[in-house]
Amino acid sequence: MKLENGIAPILEIKDLKKTFGGNEVLNGFNLELYKGENLVVMGKSGAGKSVMIKCLVGLMRANSGSIKIKDQDITQLRQEDLDILRTHIGFLFQGSALYDSMTVRENLLFPLRRHKKRLQLKEKSETLVREALSNVGLEHTIDLMPAELSGGMQRRVALARALILKPEIILYDEPTTGLDPITSKEIIQLMRNVQDTYDTSSLIITHDVDCARVISNRMILLVDGINYAEGTFPELSNSKDPKVQAFFKN
Amino acid sequence: MVASNTVWDNVKSFFEEIGDIAYFTGRFFREVFKPPFEFRELLRQCYNMGNRSMLLVGVTGFILGLVFTLQSRPTLMQFGAESWMPSMVSISIVREIGPVIIALICAGRIGSGIGAELGSMRVTEQIDAMEVSGTNPFKFLVVTRIVAATLMLPLLILLGDAIALLGSALVENIKGEVSFLLYFNQVFDSLKFSDLIPATIKSFFFGFAIGLVGCYKGYYCSKGTVGVGEASNAAVVYTSMLLFVIDFIAVFVTDIFFGI
Repeated sequence: MKLENGIAPILEIKDLKKTFGGNEVLNGFNLELYKGENLVVMGKSGAGKSVMIKCLVGLMRANSGSIKIKDQDITQLRQEDLDILRTHIGFLFQGSALYDSMTVRENLLFPLRRHKKRLQLKEKSETLVREALSNVGLEHTIDLMPAELSGGMQRRVALARALILKPEIILYDEPTTGLDPITSKEIIQLMRNVQDTYDTSSLIITHDVDCARVISNRMILLVDGINYAEGTFPELSNSKDPKVQAFFKN
Repeated sequence: MVASNTVWDNVKSFFEEIGDIAYFTGRFFREVFKPPFEFRELLRQCYNMGNRSMLLVGVTGFILGLVFTLQSRPTLMQFGAESWMPSMVSISIVREIGPVIIALICAGRIGSGIGAELGSMRVTEQIDAMEVSGTNPFKFLVVTRIVAATLMLPLLILLGDAIALLGSALVENIKGEVSFLLYFNQVFDSLKFSDLIPATIKSFFFGFAIGLVGCYKGYYCSKGTVGVGEASNAAVVYTSMLLFVIDFIAVFVTDIFFGI
């Protein structure tokens, strides 16, 4: 296991391969995420970013390779253990994925119902819900239905839901896609605030260069199913490699 | 060659689907007895399926009894057998027509609703979000809906039967000047437990089929919004066919144990 400053990564992917029919989407992808780090994975549409993040939380099964989260290989875990491990991970979906038959309060209460006791969260559920909503500036929407919220508000409520179990890792799948530039900036600022407040490690999948520039400590460029290039934003944006440059044009 | 390949592909995908449904059913039975139990969601689903279908079932049942009696009356009159109307209508409705018609109505109302709801949850990643939050979406969404449909269908069918008999009694009262009391006396004289019990048992299976197919089609929905429409549509079509198959088996088994 690699170490950064003597610390083991909180999340590690080794040689991940995933094919659909004859189409190789991931072809030996590797990644390490360290505590407190914001790691951005960039790639073109269809490069396999979302497939990678879905393999990471067990929503898809990889053909081969290992995925270790907090030293547990999720490809080897039983369903019950995987469910427990998942409580340490918050996931912000591209389309927010709020439960549209439930109010905002019920959306946030949903993960708490099963895991509150086990995670030994001492506060009352209502307090946790209000705290999470106030951290994203939307406490007043607690009794609204998701359909009554704007796209940006839905994204923020989804982030509050991802944070409700106080996870150590947050996975963001295209957090700014489909939002206007102003709302995108608000979401990016919110992501930074979240990291300060909750002391989380974040893996951000995006093709938004502005988002990557503001949020990333380190970046990986995913091309043809492998890590094509790796480094900080300034290192990669100044690269002479045409394939790398293609990401930073405009 | 191309045609034979297409036929082979269709046969293969048909058996694959049968296998998938069998696995889905097996998973339901594994999960249904395993805690934690989602009682609140089960009650919510029972309310949604039961209470919200009552009006539709009531209106359908009433019209069914009314029309059935109106259509049968002239034929019975030709043979001077109008007095048999209550027993003929009640046995037909309770044994066969009521359960099948109400189940078909519920396949449209409940089955398509489940297919569309779960399908849209699947394509908008809500089911994935449940899974990622460490909750078992199969137990929360599928088990509760199948159990609710299985429990609610017999009640809806009993309600539909009762209202159908009321519709029939109304026609007899207006056209044949038969009092409601006399009509229902004759109904209860002619109905036996051996009419009611197999029909009730059969209606549990109808409910199970409606819930199962709706959930299966919705849970594995793909292809975006088009897929949601397809899931909803397929839930109704497959369930309707399955209801007739179940009905055929039920009649066959009833004949063996009770004699028709």
